[in-house]
Amino acid sequence: MVILMAMEDELLESLKKKPVTLRFPYERARPEDRMQAKVTWEIEKCIGCNLCVKVCPSNAIKLIGRGRKAEIRYHVGRCLFCGECVDVCPTKAIQTTKEFELAFTKPEEMILEFRR
Amino acid sequence: MVKAIDIPFGPQHPALEEPINFTFEVEEERVVDVKIRLGYIHRGIEKLAENRTYHQNVYLVERICGICSFAHTTCYTQAVEELLGVDIPERAKYIRTIFCEMERIQNHYLWLGFTAKAMGFETLFMYTWRDREAMLEVLEMISGKRVNYGMNTIGGVRRDITGKMVERMEERLNYLEERANYYKKVCTKERSILKRTVGVGMLEPSDALNLCAVGPTLRASGIPQDVRADEPYAAYGEIPFRVVTYDGCDVASRILVRIDEIIESVKMIRRALDGMPQGPIRVKVPKNVPKGEAVSLVEAPRGEDLHYLRSDGSDRPARLKVRAPTLANLPSLRKMLKGVNIADIPIVIAGIDPCLACMERVILVDTKSKKGQAWSGEELWRYANEWYRES
Repeated sequence: MVILMAMEDELLESLKKKPVTLRFPYERARPEDRMQAKVTWEIEKCIGCNLCVKVCPSNAIKLIGRGRKAEIRYHVGRCLFCGECVDVCPTKAIQTTKEFELAFTKPEEMILEFRR
Repeated sequence: MVKAIDIPFGPQHPALEEPINFTFEVEEERVVDVKIRLGYIHRGIEKLAENRTYHQNVYLVERICGICSFAHTTCYTQAVEELLGVDIPERAKYIRTIFCEMERIQNHYLWLGFTAKAMGFETLFMYTWRDREAMLEVLEMISGKRVNYGMNTIGGVRRDITGKMVERMEERLNYLEERANYYKKVCTKERSILKRTVGVGMLEPSDALNLCAVGPTLRASGIPQDVRADEPYAAYGEIPFRVVTYDGCDVASRILVRIDEIIESVKMIRRALDGMPQGPIRVKVPKNVPKGEAVSLVEAPRGEDLHYLRSDGSDRPARLKVRAPTLANLPSLRKMLKGVNIADIPIVIAGIDPCLACMERVILVDTKSKKGQAWSGEELWRYANEWYRES
């Protein structure tokens, strides 16, 4: 049977409902537990092993100096938030945060440095 | 006698999501011939893959396509694992299967909305995209991301599915199955959909086979060909399922094939969750890959996806070749477009589920003038003929 409006019932139902979208700046969805966003270093724990630099698929991490004196330069703009560096770190010095609103006004602000 | 005129369509056109150029030769309202010209979004991924390690390439390959990202990584990691001679754990195989199917569900919901939009049925578009969100939430819950999941790795998967997640998944799967059944009812009864799709964009079974169509486009012409059934990878050999076919050969059958695949995928995920063994989810693999070649096939949501990999024994691939399903479907698209009305062009193009960014990776560089140039098929043809005549 061919009918003119197959979605009629659905559309009438929807008149009673509120919009399903969130009004973003005022309402926020709860982030999932496994969500990965910006990465931070606990630089005291870092032993300068260079593993995170090698594993990073987008060359977002740079090590300045060597060994326990090394400092980290992290390009947020290049990061894919894959979390490979977090998995590979032998001393658990790298953690992911749930900070995903990463808009900056200047390009220099997108490079984060972790110093001792 | 009416003179045929050429109508250029694209590369920038509201009916196209991605840049591609069609030149339609039309007589009054009928399309008599089509020329397809590609090369507007070439990104150089294959060359880039040669300069990065196998492990880094997983993330590069994932970004070939935003929608079928998991199919591409599965295909790539399978090829690397074949070269390494690694057998991945059973649980990892099941998780890969579940993810492949979840990706198929979200892709088909997205496509249904996209097609509805192409035929001017905006309401259906809004509703299907709302329902797609249920699948994306599950994907986000397990992997932490909505599109490029970062789940696959060489030697297994990175994240496990826990008991709590299974409960939430089942609730969402029930909802999605119910909605898919509802959309099936809508698409078989609603008059505007039937008027726009039945008998439009015909592709006879013999043409579909000759022109090497793949995926739902081929199955809508009544040919039961599916990599999951023909050459089972991951855990598909252990999960029984039905290969969905319809023999209408038109856009309406392509819609029904995809809706039925959603329902079939939901059932497959339930079976996989029931039969999923316990155990580890990944194995450690060496950095360097032994010399050799491997070809890997995966049934992506859009059809058969092929990755060819050659290794020279180092930690970087010597060659990676990707044949995305849209490229295989383009010759049959040309066949489908012949004889349709101008007004039916968007819906026929939407019918093959084109993903151009996946497909574009051919560019020819003239070494004499050092000029990069994307060639049209005709230029390539002429060049090939001349080259053979000279040699």
